[in-house]
Amino acid sequence: MKHLLSIADLSREEILEILDTAVSMHEVQHRDVKKLPTLRGRTIINFFFEDSTRTRSSFELAGKWLSADTINLTGKGTSVSKGESLRDTVKTIDAMGVDMMIIRHMASGAPAQIARWTRCSIVNAGDGMHEHPSQALLDAYTMRQRLGDLEGRHVALVGDLTHSRVFRSNVLCLQKLGAKVTLVAPATLMPAGIGAWSAHDGLEISHDLDAVLPAVDAVMMLRVQRERMSGGFFPTAREYAVTYGLTKDRLALLPDHAVICHPGPMNRGLEISGDAADAAQSLVLDQVSAGVAVRMSILYHLLAGESSGAQSGEGSAA
Amino acid sequence: MSAETRPNTESLSTGSPLLITGADLAGAGAGDLLVIDGRIAAAGPDAGDQAPEGAQRYHAEGLVALPGLVDLHTHLREPGREDSETIETGSQAAAAGGFTAVLAMANTSPVTDTAESAERIWDLGQRAGYVDVHPVGAVTKALAGEELAELGLMARSRARVRVFSDDGKCVHDARVMRRALEYIRSFDGVISQHSQDPSLAGPTACCHEGELSGRLGLPGWPGVAEESIVARDVMLARHTGSRVHVAHVSTAGSVEVLRWAKAQGIDATAEVTPHHLLLTTDLLTTYDTVFKVNPPLRPQEDVEALREALADGTIDIVATDHAPHVRQDKEHAFTDAAFGMLGLETALSVISTVMVAQGRMTWADVARTMSTDPARIARLTDQGQGLTVGAPANLTLVDPDRKVTVDAANSKSLSRNNPWHGRELVGGVHLTMLRGRVTAREGLVWGAQA
Repeated sequence: MKHLLSIADLSREEILEILDTAVSMHEVQHRDVKKLPTLRGRTIINFFFEDSTRTRSSFELAGKWLSADTINLTGKGTSVSKGESLRDTVKTIDAMGVDMMIIRHMASGAPAQIARWTRCSIVNAGDGMHEHPSQALLDAYTMRQRLGDLEGRHVALVGDLTHSRVFRSNVLCLQKLGAKVTLVAPATLMPAGIGAWSAHDGLEISHDLDAVLPAVDAVMMLRVQRERMSGGFFPTAREYAVTYGLTKDRLALLPDHAVICHPGPMNRGLEISGDAADAAQSLVLDQVSAGVAVRMSILYHLLAGESSGAQSGEGSAA
Repeated sequence: MSAETRPNTESLSTGSPLLITGADLAGAGAGDLLVIDGRIAAAGPDAGDQAPEGAQRYHAEGLVALPGLVDLHTHLREPGREDSETIETGSQAAAAGGFTAVLAMANTSPVTDTAESAERIWDLGQRAGYVDVHPVGAVTKALAGEELAELGLMARSRARVRVFSDDGKCVHDARVMRRALEYIRSFDGVISQHSQDPSLAGPTACCHEGELSGRLGLPGWPGVAEESIVARDVMLARHTGSRVHVAHVSTAGSVEVLRWAKAQGIDATAEVTPHHLLLTTDLLTTYDTVFKVNPPLRPQEDVEALREALADGTIDIVATDHAPHVRQDKEHAFTDAAFGMLGLETALSVISTVMVAQGRMTWADVARTMSTDPARIARLTDQGQGLTVGAPANLTLVDPDRKVTVDAANSKSLSRNNPWHGRELVGGVHLTMLRGRVTAREGLVWGAQA
């Protein structure tokens, strides 16, 4: 495995391998000295063309705790904003001899394009409305921690599916792990062609959150991406919150064992109420914590995993 | 071009009488063509009998002779983006592709929206001399969609503009479109519409809206964004009694509207590009920007509908939408990259492969859809008159059985955004002749003024 561009590129076994390795990586977070020598001498560029706080810092911590040299770059003020083509920009960085670029880009497909133009490993840290594979892996990790094996489990993905890269990666990841997936959103926030898509992939579609909640093991609320909306996806925020928000009343509809996830940042009072966000079933902060461990596992599998067995052994947190 | 690389048919450009023997005359059976003083002096099985003594002979057995191809939809980028294409290089690409006339779209910089700008393009085309370059005039000033451009002055200019288009943008204001249609009626103009309602897709739309765009997370145009404008425009054409031409039709729904409009007797014509007849939206799975085009590549069911519509005449003509771009304009993220692909040099081979070799069209249909009807729609008087006695000797000889593996490096265009690179096509242009002078043979081009 050289790149992580899409969950579609991973087999079920590879996903499980990343999640299992993350368990031992997670232990590092609780040590006084959070440092493994695994990626000593390797160089990772966090190249974020789009603003990000949690994903960038999560990847940066993951790289540092594995002893890689990490550098952060943003699209602002670089040659990209001066009119240089994306290809020339990333080839320039590549020519410096880096081992990995972690790419966040506002355009779908940019990491896949960059992977064709460079020789280093590419990790997709979120591309436009396409995918966010490391988020899906950390979501699956978090759910497994609480629910165990996801085979046969039922997960609802609720909210602004059209604009959500988290949704696109999560669907693929959850299905590969054997979970049943139900999508809940108004028709205006369902992706184009969802009818054919769901028919191929066995997804269930609903516009009735109240009917879905009693049957799920996990519900993932997705952020309403108002900044991506050019208008008219739903009448008012109030109508959306009443119809599709995880309100205090709806919490009671969930089975006792069910968990609540949200990739953040949350719009409290819109897609999720404060009560739901802070409820005992909420795994929102667990997701953040797991993020570093899962990303350490990803870096390990992409960089250390391929180099040598000795290095792999050295990098093991076990 | 160096003398060493010129084929020995250069002597055909000397202007002496020429007898082309044994070609299939646009699907009408084998015959000869006698060319004297740049015109067809005789055509048919007995044409050779009329050849004067000393006439040169060009053996064309096994080839198909078509009237010189006419492209109603070409982007030549001059003025403004001469790094992508110039009138000279675009004309060379056109000649290599079997064309003897092209209509150059108005979305240059500055926009072709005055008589002076139209005449300049006409003059530059004449100076290059490989094909006739007819400027398309903008419908609205600066393509802004608000005020009419100088339609009448462009029509009265030396360039004799008859086709008007804001191509690249849709004339989306119904009132402006109505006035434009009314205004051009007096000089028999036609509005070539880029049918795409901008309010039905966001500003970043870049592909067909469907299952694949949903999976890839690419913002898309639904087919209805095109179809609703086609429907509106044919009704406006009926209301005004004017001619409307639908540029680059891409959906089955648009075909249905056109079929209805023609049945009503509305004067609506339409074109389809070679790429919309063969390439599908599935090619976007790798985010390769060479396949980013406007209107977007559609699913197979639309492609099938377009093939059927071209074969049955619902879609009148083939047009290339040749859209050259320098490398750096395509080497961006998919949503940021420029729209468009090359088409002039491969159009005939694509049509041969997808329509003729598959038995959907005859060579007579190719002559109609790629020469006579484009010229008729554009009201050209010196092109597209068929292989008839007295017509200018604008000819394209095609080798129908030749297998062509497209190599982008061999293009005459300044740009390399060639979606056909590496593909094998059946049927290639053998020779192109403009008013009796050879302009290209087997992809080699030389100046008509040489």
